[in-house]
Amino acid sequence: MFLRNMTITVGVAIVAASLTGCGSTSGDGAASGAQQNIAGQICGQRGTANPEYSRTIPKIDGGATSLSGAGSTFVAPVMSVWAKNYSQSDGVQVAYQPIGSGGGVQQIVAGTVDFGASDTPMKDSELRAAKFGPILHIPLTLGAVVPTYNVKGVQTGLKFDGDTLGKIFAGKITKWNDPALVALNSGANLPDQPIAVAHRSDGSGTTAVWTDFLTKESPTWVQALGGSDRSFGKDIAWPVGIGGKGNEGVSGVINQTDGSIGYVELAYALAQNLNYGVVKNKVGNFIQPCVATITAGTQGIAYPPDLRVSLTDGPDPHAYPITGTTYALVDQNQTDPAKAKALVNFFSWTLSAGQDDAASVNYAPLGKDLQGLAMGMVQKITLNGGPVAK
Amino acid sequence: MTAEVLAPHDTSERSSDGEFTDGLFARLTAAAALTVIAVLVATAVFLLIRAWLALSHYGPLSFFHARWAPSEAVATSSQPNPYGIVQFIYGTVVTSLVAMVIAVPVAIAVALYITNLSPAVLRRPLSSLVDLLAAIPSVVYGFWGVFALIPALGPIGRGLTSVSGIPVIGWLLQGPFFGYSVFAAGVVLAIMVLPIVTAICREVFDTAPRAEKEAALAFGATKWEMLRLAVLPRSRSGIFGAAILGLGRAFGETIAVTMLIGNNVLTIPHGIMRAGSTMPSVIANEFTEANQPFHLDSLFVVAFGLLLLSLLVNMIGKRIVGRVSEHIA
Amino acid sequence: MSTTIDEDPLEELSEADAFRGERRRQITNVFVHAVLILVMVATVAVLAWVLVYVAGQGLKYLGPEFLTQTPPGNPSQPGGGFLNGIIGSLIVTGIATVLSMPVGIAAAIYLVEYGGQLARVTRFLTDILVGVPTIVTGALVYAMWVVFFGFSGIAGGIALGLVMLPLVIRSTEEMLRLVPRELREASFALGATKAGTIMSIVLPTASSGIVTGIMLAFARAMGETAPLLLTALGNDLFIELNPTKRMSTLSLQIFGNAITGYKAAQARAWAGALTLVALVLLFTVAARWIASRTSVGRGRVTEPRA
Repeated sequence: MFLRNMTITVGVAIVAASLTGCGSTSGDGAASGAQQNIAGQICGQRGTANPEYSRTIPKIDGGATSLSGAGSTFVAPVMSVWAKNYSQSDGVQVAYQPIGSGGGVQQIVAGTVDFGASDTPMKDSELRAAKFGPILHIPLTLGAVVPTYNVKGVQTGLKFDGDTLGKIFAGKITKWNDPALVALNSGANLPDQPIAVAHRSDGSGTTAVWTDFLTKESPTWVQALGGSDRSFGKDIAWPVGIGGKGNEGVSGVINQTDGSIGYVELAYALAQNLNYGVVKNKVGNFIQPCVATITAGTQGIAYPPDLRVSLTDGPDPHAYPITGTTYALVDQNQTDPAKAKALVNFFSWTLSAGQDDAASVNYAPLGKDLQGLAMGMVQKITLNGGPVAK
Repeated sequence: MTAEVLAPHDTSERSSDGEFTDGLFARLTAAAALTVIAVLVATAVFLLIRAWLALSHYGPLSFFHARWAPSEAVATSSQPNPYGIVQFIYGTVVTSLVAMVIAVPVAIAVALYITNLSPAVLRRPLSSLVDLLAAIPSVVYGFWGVFALIPALGPIGRGLTSVSGIPVIGWLLQGPFFGYSVFAAGVVLAIMVLPIVTAICREVFDTAPRAEKEAALAFGATKWEMLRLAVLPRSRSGIFGAAILGLGRAFGETIAVTMLIGNNVLTIPHGIMRAGSTMPSVIANEFTEANQPFHLDSLFVVAFGLLLLSLLVNMIGKRIVGRVSEHIA
Repeated sequence: MSTTIDEDPLEELSEADAFRGERRRQITNVFVHAVLILVMVATVAVLAWVLVYVAGQGLKYLGPEFLTQTPPGNPSQPGGGFLNGIIGSLIVTGIATVLSMPVGIAAAIYLVEYGGQLARVTRFLTDILVGVPTIVTGALVYAMWVVFFGFSGIAGGIALGLVMLPLVIRSTEEMLRLVPRELREASFALGATKAGTIMSIVLPTASSGIVTGIMLAFARAMGETAPLLLTALGNDLFIELNPTKRMSTLSLQIFGNAITGYKAAQARAWAGALTLVALVLLFTVAARWIASRTSVGRGRVTEPRA
């Protein structure tokens, strides 16, 4: 416990220190320097790292000893920690296959897994195709999608805004020393080098969160893709770039390719020491992604009853604008008692004890409101008509 | 060597039990032989059934354009067809052509060396070494390709892209070169198909009649002239067949290509130095999460097309090579 | 521009010209020799490059821990191994062998011992089956099996079995043909039935050759990844012994870990790649060695050339 907290503190401090170090060299004027320091300070605080929620749905006996899930690679780092810890605490093996949110949706719709995971809510058309009745969306954790890049001589902390990112990914900005990028980063040493765009080749919730943000912020992006119904989603008809499989695949491409830029979940960028940038949020501040700013990203957002919501461009001044949650996708009407109990147990655990694990891999735990609503979703799971959780 | 079908000569001494077993045995083995036919039929049928869902919805001809955009598929409308597959055919054919341009000359050279020029004691070991290239699994080639080959190709790639001034070649070689590309996939494919092309060439060259070779040498030809006169001319069709068979093999290669080609599925890439995709790579990448309307069915269309393409090429290759020697491939 | 052998290239040339021509021919000859040797060396060098690179990267991590443990929960953590993939590979390829061996041997027996129209068609189609891309085989098994019974080790086994089947048939057929006719005739002369002859005389004589053929097909199947992507799907973290569930194989695990950017995952993937190459080479070399040692095998051993 102590060791974990120490690691978080040290880790976040190092990131914040490197960023404030970067902030002083990119001298865009006193105003943005101050904005950088605010973000640095926020990220230096531990904030709500260990909410220590109580398990309001007690463990039910008679659950199955194994569960299979598939889907989002966005959540994979935290899911694998959960799988290991849960198998130690409750003795249940959760086999999770990170095949992308698209795959997660497909598998739960077809009923070939016990639960799916997707970073973007299912579309109405997808819900209609579900073979086994209505599907519940249970938010599990919060994460950030960050622009990550590998350019010789350029350090971490490059400043981006939504429109510039949109133009890069639409193929309209093709060189690292493009005037738009230089204007945002006058101190950085941007070379005259072509930009290698990296994106997802599989159906990805990370993509959905990323393109949701681009759609909101970049008219160029929307136009290049042919309209806002095509510029946002798990599958995008990418005009340019190299495709990688999963968050890991994109980070693999970035690692191998000089001059590349892509988007990955924060944990992937940190785990591989990839450079990542800060992004301008709705209020106008350049925000560094970290646990605190992810949590700030969900402040002030209204949740609909089915919890299908977009978390990008949050109104809070410290909000990181490309924030997302991963939903567990579960059939509401279960028919196998062992499975139903196992599912309820697993999710009641992840929403309580599991939330303390999130920060250790740089995900933010759910805020109190969202956590309560998520637990409410778990209670909606029924077994042959009656509720599983008493 | 064709084996004569043998049967016991005198049937009157065999017991009826023996006849029964014989009949059963014959039927069992015949059934086993039938499974081969059944498998091929099943392959075509199952693929076509799934593919038909998309083919009938959009119309078969509508697949022949070069824009693959599953995100634009709408369940209720059938126009336009967002699942254009031409760029996959392009990718498959072009990567394989790049591979053959590299592999065929190398295979001819290696086969010539092994069959005619190398010391006899080296013949077997050298053949085994080349065949060893075929034993390395595709995923290992892909892995090695990303970390060893692509960095090594960097300077070559950048050099090639700098000649983009020249008209046709320039279009083919236009950059920017980021490593993951049709070219890189083609190079690794060349290494992977080299063994089979070399093996066939070896057998073809071995069939050159000794008498002619010796006659050429007796007339004072140098070794190279002997090869040019007595070996190569008659081997033309065999070499061509070997190339076709190698092409067929390259068409079907999936994993190594997926890891190196860059997975750009939207449309035909400009030139070979850019990222692209092939029929196998798009199937491997998108199959398990194809949940747009008709996405999975369109992937079956691609699979069916790939089946037809590789079967066609393999049959043509066999036709050509089969005439040279029954024993080959 | 080819000259026929009847023409004397030295006719109608002056002596000086003849000498120069002679020099030119010799130089060309040496030059071509050099080029061919160079290409030969380069080819062996590429093979060496691949093997040495894989070995170099793999040996950095390959060890008892790798072979006896599963991957860590967080893929960015170092340590752990591919035990679940190794076990899965053995199970899935084992299922494939159990499926393809009897059918393949029986079909080959039919082709060699019975003949006829069906045999001719089957032989032709077997060669065709070899040329079917393995990803297409995976799609077939998905459409035929997975949609009904889910992703499983069995589905993977069926897919690999279909990959192995034509290889087993071809190599078995070759081995059976090498059994001398006289053995069969002698057996019939002694009153044995056809079935009895095949089972007691022909098969045992060809058995070592058949075994080597199966070993080669086994090695080939172990290296396959593409069809398993669509059938077994993989199970990253846990050992799965139940073939009706999703399963990982060594090839799938290498693929999944290789394309990540995590150094730790890549280290494991390299160790896995080295293990896989070593296993495949071991089987291949062992098969060839066994073949070279037996009378039947010495006739002609060719690997299924696919």
